[in-house]
Amino acid sequence: MKTSAITARFQLKYGDFRFDVDLQLPGSGVTVLLGSSGCGKTTLLRCMAGLEQPPQGKFSINGNVWQDSEKNLFIPTYQRNLGYVFQDANLFPHLTVLDNLSFGLKRIKKVQTNHDKFTVVTELLGINHLLDRMPERLSGGEKQRVAIARALMLNPAILLMDEPLASLDSKRKQEVMPYLLKLQQEFNIPIIYVTHSQEEAAQLADTLVLMKNGHVQASGKVSDTLGRIDLPLSKEKDAAVVWQAVITRHEPEYRLTNVESKGGNLSLPMTDMPLGTKLRVQIHARDVSITLQAPSQTSILNVLPATITGITDDQDGQTVVQLQAGQLTLLSHVTRKSTQLLALKPGLPVFVQIKGTSLLH
Amino acid sequence: MLNEADFAALWLTFKIASLSTATMLLLGTPLAWWLARTSSRWKGICNALIAMPLVLPPTVLGFYLLILMGPNGVVGQLTENLGVGTLPFTFGGLVVASVLYSLPFVVQPLQASFSAIGRQPLEAAATLRASPLDTFFSVVLPMAKPGFLTATILGFAHTVGEFGVVLMVGGNIPGKTRVVSVQIYNHVEALEYPQAHWLAGGLLVFSFTVLLILYSVLKTQPNSQPFR
Repeated sequence: MKTSAITARFQLKYGDFRFDVDLQLPGSGVTVLLGSSGCGKTTLLRCMAGLEQPPQGKFSINGNVWQDSEKNLFIPTYQRNLGYVFQDANLFPHLTVLDNLSFGLKRIKKVQTNHDKFTVVTELLGINHLLDRMPERLSGGEKQRVAIARALMLNPAILLMDEPLASLDSKRKQEVMPYLLKLQQEFNIPIIYVTHSQEEAAQLADTLVLMKNGHVQASGKVSDTLGRIDLPLSKEKDAAVVWQAVITRHEPEYRLTNVESKGGNLSLPMTDMPLGTKLRVQIHARDVSITLQAPSQTSILNVLPATITGITDDQDGQTVVQLQAGQLTLLSHVTRKSTQLLALKPGLPVFVQIKGTSLLH
Repeated sequence: MLNEADFAALWLTFKIASLSTATMLLLGTPLAWWLARTSSRWKGICNALIAMPLVLPPTVLGFYLLILMGPNGVVGQLTENLGVGTLPFTFGGLVVASVLYSLPFVVQPLQASFSAIGRQPLEAAATLRASPLDTFFSVVLPMAKPGFLTATILGFAHTVGEFGVVLMVGGNIPGKTRVVSVQIYNHVEALEYPQAHWLAGGLLVFSFTVLLILYSVLKTQPNSQPFR
């Protein structure tokens, strides 16, 4: 068992909706379940938690089997060592923040470590000043941070998060996102994160699972999955790949930061993060253009050599070109006309000009 | 002013109402919980049966209870075999009748507040290691507090105010089944209007005060006024 520490296999039927999932997921990092509403991503999460009991199902995590319908085994939710964050926080309205946080702690035995854990978690999520409040006196973002802390208190073997940002406005989203990123670094537990937002997936995912109509469309490392041109995702306006990079140099006079990645070196809008910081860079397919020769005089800073690895054509006169730059994959949206004029085809060495990049974190 | 018989009636009324309310809460809580959560086809029948006293004349309920609990009734024979004797015209019989008569006033508010809680807090509790029973006591009961308050007060007040069922099942035995409402009737029959006034006025003030307290407390309950 090297990478697939989580086995999730569920079959379920609600009227016309057939839900059939068979997944092997890594036992660490963030796995994002991405799909539009009604695709079954929340159902999958609920099955993992035992909040749904599909007649056919197997779920195990790091050797602990929580459900195996063949052996008639079903561990009820309250006996599973998990943390669950609901879409709308779902705090107990009759308890203070402190009592919400200690609700689970009172029900497990490890009293010794509880105190330390409590301090670590409340500090990480920045909710120390809220402990006396009732949930109704919290903002949406604060509620969600308390809910995340409440789930983490129990030192769960897995953290399940159901669209924790979906009910927040964009300002609140930006308020909570940094905590989610910290989470991933501070706690070495697998996180399963459900969302319909490609943006959130790009920011958080290590592993990406695409879901549609109750089935898994694709799953794999986020960098691979986002770069696949056989998936409808690559044709969307917001299609983008995500690269891991490290900060190598700041150029304050130009307000730029240089980063190094396995796909090549890039210049990004300046950030105040120190040298050596690992970060994620998002490159949208619409911002990538292709030239056959190295452009000698161009205003675009980020030009990388690349090789075309695949081309798909859609009906709107648009082609999606998949390229390999260094060791990383890149997508480019090019008109059908340009593809023909430049005679783009797989195997062709080209140069890509990246007009814009966004720093995810 | 009030005489000894009036005080006896008041004390009896209080005892019956307290005991009935306690019984209704004990029976009504699991019943209301089941009704709020089930999708069983018995739900409709059950709801209808519980709500019957709301629409039936109390005399109808009293009449059937009298027959059922009497020496020839099914319940009567059962209680006789158990050695308790028959229930009509006894304190116990009045409590049983009161429970059936006022049950909708306890079950319906409880059921409504259980339904209003929804499944979300229950699921949150389950993900935080609380067993279903634990969840019921640590989440459901506190969240349903306004419902319990309403149920208790309405159940108690409605039992205090009953007349028809009492007269049918309990009769008019001083100190045993003669409750305030029957005592008022006696006074009026005997043209003792001043005493009827004291008792009737007392009940009036009692009902108003109790309902006023109920509604003002409910208004300040955080759960019944969600902050948005």
